[in-house]
Amino acid sequence: MSVPFLLFFVCGVLAVTGAILLIWAKEPIHSALSLILVMVSLAVLYLLLGAPFIAAIQIIVYAGAIMVLFVFVIMLLNAGAEEHTDFSRLAKYVGLPLGVILIFWAAYWLLRSPAGGGGVTGGLIAGPDSTQKLSKQLFQQFLFPFEATSILILIAILGALVLARKQE
Amino acid sequence: MEFISQHPVLVASIIKIAVLLVLLMTALAYLTWLERKVIAHIQSRWGPYYVGAHGLLQPLADGLKFLFKEDIAPPVTDRLVYTLAPFIAFALALTAIALIPFGPPSVAFLHGQAVFSVADVGVSLLMVFAITSMGVYGVALAGWSSNSKYPLMGGLRSSAQMISYEVALTMSVVGVVLVAGTLNFNEIIGGQSGPFWHWNIFGIHQGGFPQIIGFLCYLTAAIAETNRIPFDLPEAETELVAGFHTEYSSFKFAMFFMAEYANMITVSCLATILFFGGWLSPFPDSWTWQEFLPGAGLVLLGIYCAYDTVTEMRGMARIQLAVVTLLCFGAGLICLLPAVAAVILGPFWFVTKILIILFFYIWMRGTLPRFRYDQLMSFGWKLLLPVSLANLVVTAAWIAFGWGKHG
Repeated sequence: MSVPFLLFFVCGVLAVTGAILLIWAKEPIHSALSLILVMVSLAVLYLLLGAPFIAAIQIIVYAGAIMVLFVFVIMLLNAGAEEHTDFSRLAKYVGLPLGVILIFWAAYWLLRSPAGGGGVTGGLIAGPDSTQKLSKQLFQQFLFPFEATSILILIAILGALVLARKQE
Repeated sequence: MEFISQHPVLVASIIKIAVLLVLLMTALAYLTWLERKVIAHIQSRWGPYYVGAHGLLQPLADGLKFLFKEDIAPPVTDRLVYTLAPFIAFALALTAIALIPFGPPSVAFLHGQAVFSVADVGVSLLMVFAITSMGVYGVALAGWSSNSKYPLMGGLRSSAQMISYEVALTMSVVGVVLVAGTLNFNEIIGGQSGPFWHWNIFGIHQGGFPQIIGFLCYLTAAIAETNRIPFDLPEAETELVAGFHTEYSSFKFAMFFMAEYANMITVSCLATILFFGGWLSPFPDSWTWQEFLPGAGLVLLGIYCAYDTVTEMRGMARIQLAVVTLLCFGAGLICLLPAVAAVILGPFWFVTKILIILFFYIWMRGTLPRFRYDQLMSFGWKLLLPVSLANLVVTAAWIAFGWGKHG
């Protein structure tokens, strides 16, 4: 058993555990912490795939920025424990089986893909010069979608600002 | 032996992590001693003086005190998060330092493993930012889980402050990334080789642009990120008792304390790498006598200690300082050996530059009063961020249009 395999196993288990705890936990802060655990474990998995850039961005953007805001808001509102509802009957008898089917279906198709499940994104994000390759793709081939997304986000920020402002 | 030859990376990493941990813990302990001494002298006091000669054993006494004190936790805390918070803060602060190269990668052992850096990932700069950006959780969760007014205020202040200044911090180093054209520490340092005006802060070479404004923005944002005076609002003792760590005692408090100092060291290392050429010497390579500077410095320190031992010290302190004197002379003589001198030069310059920045940190603390909270926010968003953005735009234009290239 090699070290990368061990790391993969540990981080995979941690990610799944975090995801389950996220739903299970009653306290909002515990849920947020579990989500951070999921994101950091995913970042380690990206590192194992040889994509350090994506791993770093995963932590900076999700764990370092978005989740900090989540935690900040939970602290600010001092939100108490949630009330859990029971499983609705629809979720129990239709949702759960469908979810299980989806997992196996996705696993099946990933295993059947030509790279044998390991290299879905091919040589784009992996490898030592992945940052250069990625930025070339982003700023040359996909420049228009990239800029369009940026403007979309800007509009969303302005919209939030307008909505949050008090009426004079 | 077979195991070592089969897993050189694993074995080398474990050795390097162990050595770095010991060195770092010692450095953290003596950084507190240095801070107390410097602040004391700024304020015309003596500082720690009685535990060991010149208070040299004070860090040890403090550490033992923290270890053996009763760990008092309020009964109404969120137990899990309350215990987890100091560990998060401390672990993240230590992890970031593993990515710092303290010397040239050419010095290697065990089948080509670099001696002076634990981990050399392709995007080391982003990785350090990723790890330090998580550091806010330690403070925020400590404030929240204590279930008490003052820590909550401290935690809230701290998360708001760290989010705000992180933007400016990141923006201020993008200029350096543009000039260097890489996110890897070793390549960033390699791009600054040559005489000292090739360092990114001066940037007077082909295609470079002086990053002096970027450095000033970085330094200001870094002081705010590490919650130090004049930006130590999260633990403003006149308003918030002790801020986020009010309810912590014993070793958990010590962990926050050590995390803060480890973060200071990390941002100083980053400043050194990004703006001051890392482990590069300020002198041209042809000045071969500089290899003897580390040894000579230690011997000089030894001579001063010897003088002090004979003239000032009495009793136990005299014996203690005599030991320090012998250690200085011994280490100095080892560093004067040609084989050692060549290897030690990179780390020597790196540590010297870090010490200068750390001294500046402490100097700030002894000089400046604390900001008010609204001043802090408007300073970060309305001055620091626009200036670092302007620096980024000018640097980008300078490089894109090739204004720095002559002919």
